[in-house]
Amino acid sequence: MLKFIDTVGEAVAGIRDGSTVMIGGFGNAGQPFELIDALLDCGATDLTVVNNNAGQGDQGLALLIKEGRVKKMICSFPRQSDSWHFDAKYKAGQIELELVPQGNLAERIRAAGAGIGGFFTPTGYGTMLAEGKETRIIDGRGQVFETPIHADVALIKALKADGKGNLVYRKTARNFGPIMAAAAKHTIAQVSEIVPTGGLDPENIVTPGIYVNSIVRVAPAAGARTTEQVA
Amino acid sequence: MSLVKTTIQTSDKPLGRDDLARLVARDIKPGSFVNLGIGQPTLVSNYLQPEQDITLHTENGMLGMGPEATGEQIDGDLINAGKIPVTELPGASYFHHADSFAIMRGGHLDICVLGAFQVSATGDLANWHTGAPDAIPAVGGAMDLATGAKDVFVMMTLLTRDGASKLVDTCTYPLTGVGCVTRVYTDKAVFLTGPDGVQVRETFGCTLEELQAMVPVPLTAAPAVEP
Repeated sequence: MLKFIDTVGEAVAGIRDGSTVMIGGFGNAGQPFELIDALLDCGATDLTVVNNNAGQGDQGLALLIKEGRVKKMICSFPRQSDSWHFDAKYKAGQIELELVPQGNLAERIRAAGAGIGGFFTPTGYGTMLAEGKETRIIDGRGQVFETPIHADVALIKALKADGKGNLVYRKTARNFGPIMAAAAKHTIAQVSEIVPTGGLDPENIVTPGIYVNSIVRVAPAAGARTTEQVA
Repeated sequence: MSLVKTTIQTSDKPLGRDDLARLVARDIKPGSFVNLGIGQPTLVSNYLQPEQDITLHTENGMLGMGPEATGEQIDGDLINAGKIPVTELPGASYFHHADSFAIMRGGHLDICVLGAFQVSATGDLANWHTGAPDAIPAVGGAMDLATGAKDVFVMMTLLTRDGASKLVDTCTYPLTGVGCVTRVYTDKAVFLTGPDGVQVRETFGCTLEELQAMVPVPLTAAPAVEP
């Protein structure tokens, strides 16, 4: 049952210790900062977090890692110039890392949402990231078996929702949102604007409301743009 | 295998980064769909000509990426794979991450241009991890690009700071992909890699013989000039 929730705190209140949490965003684009801050405040710990990166600077996911609430990161690119909180935890042996090529990360998330039990892909074949994995030669190419990544909760950011939970995004902030929404048991979307049912063109909906459980409106930060790509 | 044809020397000095980027840009066939890796390959975009009608792909979900954004154009929701603000060109499209990587992995991109630590004689690529025990590994989209694009071009200096060749018999750094590189653009020569060994298309500031002295794999002159 779709719920419209007044605050980010209430939206994340049901996230339990030990959960696997997908967090949308690529760099800062599409990262649901307010939901992550609320997750920090709610105290849930021992989390496995799925995100492309492992936090930047002193905000969002980086703070969740700093506070020791993340036991494992599943990501493609943890090392950045400002990923110091992850770096410190990793070097101290206080956080587990599952490093996944970015296309495998995306496709494994997609597979989870689509009910696919696994797939073979040439990506990573013959590299250390395929060590210990099943391989086959298919159409003359070495391929590696990859399994889906499921999650208990997805925290994503979209531009607008309508009364049915349908979502549209903005430019490259779309990134992981649509596939994470489908892969998690419970998807929480923060949006800049909620419009009445019928207020979004059905032809332009990116994430159908069936994938969305909770919606919370978060006013866009000062200076953020909110024009849609499509009218 | 004969080391003849000094005529393939097309410049009397090694190429700088921008000259190399200009050369790569010139070699991209009109109408191509292209992904430019982070770092040196990004320079190629500065030299693509409008009449080439090249469409740039960025892994974070866009085709039709324009130049880097400046001033009023900067928009936090519109960035490239290096997280730099960019612009969109008329005809651009946005899509989610699984679609973006299906574009790579499904063989739809004509060319990707990547940097490298090492390339082997058979086109193995090492560009994501030094393998050092204290290094934090980060792979991003490198393995998907290397195995998915129809052609993988590498841009790199031929030699390390210590003078060792980065074109090697067998990569010593952890691999990104096996047998995936088709061309290597360096400051000293353009190499064509593949199952038949390494061919030299042109040299810059050295003869083929001098080049051979720097590189530990057998070189032959490429039979014909291809664009």
